[in-house]
Amino acid sequence: MTGEGLRTENRMIYLTRRAEFSASHYYHNPDFSPEENQRIFGKCANPHGHGHNYTVEVTVAGEVDETTGMVLDLKDLKAVLETEVMQRMDHKFLNKEVPVFATTIPTTENIAVEIWNLLAAKLPSGRLHRIRLYETDDLFVDYYGD
Amino acid sequence: MVSLTKRYRFSASHRLHNEVLSAEENSRVFGKCNSPYGHGHNYSVEVTVRGPVDAATGMVMDLGLLDQAVEQEVLERFGHTYLNLDVPNFKGKVPTTENLCVEIYDLLRRKLEGTKGSADLEKVRLEETNSNSFEYSGRDSAAAMREKE
Repeated sequence: MTGEGLRTENRMIYLTRRAEFSASHYYHNPDFSPEENQRIFGKCANPHGHGHNYTVEVTVAGEVDETTGMVLDLKDLKAVLETEVMQRMDHKFLNKEVPVFATTIPTTENIAVEIWNLLAAKLPSGRLHRIRLYETDDLFVDYYGD
Repeated sequence: MVSLTKRYRFSASHRLHNEVLSAEENSRVFGKCNSPYGHGHNYSVEVTVRGPVDAATGMVMDLGLLDQAVEQEVLERFGHTYLNLDVPNFKGKVPTTENLCVEIYDLLRRKLEGTKGSADLEKVRLEETNSNSFEYSGRDSAAAMREKE
């Protein structure tokens, strides 16, 4: 099947897959005094942590493959997300159970950058375009790798 | 660089009406929105700021500062008002959601530029209803057209 009518070459498509995970975190910088930590991070400084239902949207950019009609196989994207993000972060206390966040504060900004780092090299095809991470319905960050 | 977006909500009423147009023209151009006593919306405004992640705090900016700026410049000014009569910003200007979006962008831009520790304003997205939304990033239209080419 060559698709006589529809020409898709040179057209960039952005495909987004959404996934949800739940995790807890707290904000603390050991270089700050307890008073500074409290002033800067407020309620988020509680050392026992607090949780969120995070929603991550992974956007992949690529051209449509002529034989499959796809930018990439969604099963593969789902599998990479599962291994790289879900298994590492879902139902975890990020500060204690995800090694990178032992030394980096697990703010939504930093989690988005870490998810980018975990996924960028693992995509079977296409190019990672954006990580959007919702901490709540009303608050999200975008990271484009720059 | 990371972009951070926070959503805020406010309710206001407006009437789309331009005094330089005749009654018939106003009715033709603005339809139901020209109804003489105005009508209201629950607006949802998404404010996006952009900047490097501070190494010490892990944050693009202190959300408290953003909340304060939006509270003062947007929610207090426009919340529960009749935009045409209660807000001087719309004297002589039709309070469409396009114009409101640009006005909010300009107000926040000025406020955040004068706020120590603030990241840069990247975009304002204003939802008038679940189905209608408007975005403004501060670019002039000629530059935007050139970018597209």
